[in-house]
Amino acid sequence: MNNTNLDTISVILATDCGSTTTKAILIEFIDGEYRLTYRGEAPTTVEAPFEDVTRGVLNATMEVEELSGRKLIEGDNIISPQKDNSGVDIYISTSSAGGGLQMMVAGVVKSMTGESAERAALGAGSIVMDVLASNDGRKPHEKITRIRQLRPDMILLSGGIDGGTTKHVVELAEILAAANPQPRLGQNYKLPVIYAGNKNATSDIKNTLGDLTDLDVTENIRPILEQENLKPSRDKIHDLFMEHVMQQAPGYKKLMSWTDAPIMPTPGAVGALIEMVAEKENISVVGVDIGGATTDIFSVFQKQFNRTVSANLGMSYSICNVLAEAGLSNVLRWVPFDINEKELINRIGNKMIRPTTVPQSIEELVIEQAIAREALRLSFIQHKEFAVNLKGVQKERTISDTFEQSTSGQSLVNMMELDLIVGSGGVLSHAPRREQSAKMLIDSFLPEGITALAVDSIFMMPQLGVMANIEKKEIAKQARIAALEVFEKDCLIRLGTCIAPVGNFEGKKNILKAILEFSSGEKKEISLDSGQLLMINADYQEIDILLTPSSGVDVGAGVNEEVQTKIYGGKVGVIFDCRGRPLKFSSNTNERISKLENWSSALEEYPILEV
Amino acid sequence: MAHSYTPGLKVLKSTEILKERRLPLKGQLECKTGDSVKPDDIVAKTDLPGNVQMINVANQLNIDASDIENYMIKAAGESINKDDLMAETKGLFGFFKSSVFSPVDGTIESISNVTGQVVLRESPIPVEVDAYVKGEIHDIIPDEGVVIKTNGVFIQGIFGIGGESRGRIKTIVDDRNTEITAEMITDDEKGNIIIGGNFIGLEGFKKAINCEVAGIVVGGFNYYDLDEILGYTLGVAITGSEEIITSLIVTEGYGKIQMSQQTFDLLKSHDGKFASVNGATQIRAGVIRPEIIIPINKSAVSGEQSKETLGMMVGSLVRVIRSPNFGKIGTVKLLPSELRKMESETLVRTASVEIDGDTFEIPRSNLEVVETD
Repeated sequence: MNNTNLDTISVILATDCGSTTTKAILIEFIDGEYRLTYRGEAPTTVEAPFEDVTRGVLNATMEVEELSGRKLIEGDNIISPQKDNSGVDIYISTSSAGGGLQMMVAGVVKSMTGESAERAALGAGSIVMDVLASNDGRKPHEKITRIRQLRPDMILLSGGIDGGTTKHVVELAEILAAANPQPRLGQNYKLPVIYAGNKNATSDIKNTLGDLTDLDVTENIRPILEQENLKPSRDKIHDLFMEHVMQQAPGYKKLMSWTDAPIMPTPGAVGALIEMVAEKENISVVGVDIGGATTDIFSVFQKQFNRTVSANLGMSYSICNVLAEAGLSNVLRWVPFDINEKELINRIGNKMIRPTTVPQSIEELVIEQAIAREALRLSFIQHKEFAVNLKGVQKERTISDTFEQSTSGQSLVNMMELDLIVGSGGVLSHAPRREQSAKMLIDSFLPEGITALAVDSIFMMPQLGVMANIEKKEIAKQARIAALEVFEKDCLIRLGTCIAPVGNFEGKKNILKAILEFSSGEKKEISLDSGQLLMINADYQEIDILLTPSSGVDVGAGVNEEVQTKIYGGKVGVIFDCRGRPLKFSSNTNERISKLENWSSALEEYPILEV
Repeated sequence: MAHSYTPGLKVLKSTEILKERRLPLKGQLECKTGDSVKPDDIVAKTDLPGNVQMINVANQLNIDASDIENYMIKAAGESINKDDLMAETKGLFGFFKSSVFSPVDGTIESISNVTGQVVLRESPIPVEVDAYVKGEIHDIIPDEGVVIKTNGVFIQGIFGIGGESRGRIKTIVDDRNTEITAEMITDDEKGNIIIGGNFIGLEGFKKAINCEVAGIVVGGFNYYDLDEILGYTLGVAITGSEEIITSLIVTEGYGKIQMSQQTFDLLKSHDGKFASVNGATQIRAGVIRPEIIIPINKSAVSGEQSKETLGMMVGSLVRVIRSPNFGKIGTVKLLPSELRKMESETLVRTASVEIDGDTFEIPRSNLEVVETD
């Protein structure tokens, strides 16, 4: 499918080959804009008896074909370029089938090059199975055993600044060589290893690993202490993912010959899209995808992109791990009724061993959403710890810094700075009421100041991410426009805006005054007390707002500062959250339950609870 | 007829079972196609590469890494015994020598003149794979393993712990709704696979371990009791490598849940027969469920073949796998095609299921077909 050379791209087909389902979407240029028109899905066919990913792609496409009435497949091929009522101009795909891209990374100092390597691998969309470092406290033979056990798809080796000592990074290479790691997907190729460390060690690394592995050298990930250079490593990971890993997966060679852009790992594509949205709008964004086994968090703060994968925090396969990590009392604090604790533990265990079940009763839904809050909260803590300034950087301190304890390695995540939270994954995207999604996002992320909330309707961010990053010159610009238009109009369901003042205002009245002026001209004036949660219904429309905090309160512009800005409503509307940060729960069960019920009814979160 | 595809657990009276027995690395096979094998027979074996030890000789001798070759007594590729001299400095007039001795038996794999490290590889570790079930070698996977064919009972549990085990089936409860208590388990059960009813508690399970019971098949177990058995909290359902002598196979789920009639009756009808069980469970893409295999002589096989799974249909026997009505068994009466709104306001496809004379509307994804033959 390489003959695309058009003035206008009018039909785009995009697929995402997941572990269990392959999803196809059709995007068309209608009345001067790109819109998502049809979607289809079919089981992924990577495993026996089919062992050919293209089968699932064709099945999902066939569903789109039937729904749209547009002929898309001829024989076993996708028709391109489009003509009249058949074919597409661009076809692209992402993939996380077969467990996605599983990597191991290594660096000399765990909190410096080790972390930079981890950031590069996560940013490229991989799962980081382990971070090896000279100072990780493990003995060489323990590291060797670990490498052998894990069988990664690829290894990223970094270490040392350019011109620094070479000994430690070569030592790591020797450990890798001694382990002689075998790739996960077969014995017929050598394991791809990317070296992105001290350039002076390159020849020694080649001598140590050149014969045993498929070694690729790229620019140092940390050429000097003060600078992190992730892009070359990220690009190399994508190249090798295509050249080596994907080539081993059944049917991918054929799929790659169909696509107009390289196949990207699914989370890598989501990250690329979030990065682009943040850049285009010049905003700070947090994106979250909560799945059955893992929770991915993406963020852009101060123009720096970060991604973390909380490998065992999810809503089905790893639901018991959420319980183990959060503790039962933290889950139960969100549940507004009494429940036998041991029975609850068994219930959650039963969800783990039968992961496809859905909550039939209100009680089950409340419990499931309580667990989701904890999974999101814990994943976000992990994200905040990882998304930091570079560690090990020496800062020049002046007399004015004497009382400021800022050091290197501070989290980039600043909730007051955050402009948009995008949620996706079953529990957020398919909650029976959108109010539930909004409240889960607010309760677990605890946004401060003014923050817009949205959910991804059908998880099409991966496909849009690839579209936005097509490199082929003749189609790149239009594909990017199409991706952003569809993202804005069809991908995101705007829930509304959360306004959360912070400060020491517990028990006080009138902590915030707000004047809202809607596009219809209607005006609303409200005054809020501490502890109050208030929802104002407003569709997705521009709203002028003037916020006046009381003394000692900050609502985004600094303590005591007024804010005059524009916000947007949405499916839920405007939510004023004056509960303070962090949220406080009473140790008295009746008081806690009464508070939860008040919060819940303020947002019309659940139908009347009769449990 | 309306039907829906729902994963079910197999409870088969008589079926052909193929078991792949594969080495972790390539090796030698100990049998050929058509051979009869018993569970303990070794069918394939190999040697895993030995453990690796890394010793920084340059540091220990206080020399430059680039000079290491001058001080090594043994060269790369040579074998070496524990406490043999590996490297030594010349010292001063033969005195004040520094020496490095080998900490293990093995081979010198490499000597680095960049880092001064010597890599020693220990002797290979032999690995053997047994047949696990009584049967016949059906197929050979060259250099890797075999496929064993057997005929018999095949039952899948929902969750298990402990790896492969084998022993005689012994039902120690009167009915499927009776709990296995510690008092019921005595030393007489050593090596047996005991069959219970609705539950076994922590005390009972510990007693079974003490009495060296080979396996337990039971309706329910408490999730929170696993902590004490395993020594850690099981966060994700990936089991099988636990080192416990008593494998546990839970057929219904966590809590006190009576074993399904079909499973209980089938196991009871094979009291005294020799069975192979495996508690290994993996609930991920490519799910693995624990299993019970009771081989039956070919002459005893009725000739009836297990039916192809057709999914859930009107008339299917189903088990409710989420609250409310969790663990109950019923019959599908209707499979409406339109989406229905549940109490939770979730819109789902449902089934009308008759349980103990009453009809309930239940999401299809909360039902499991009880597959029987």
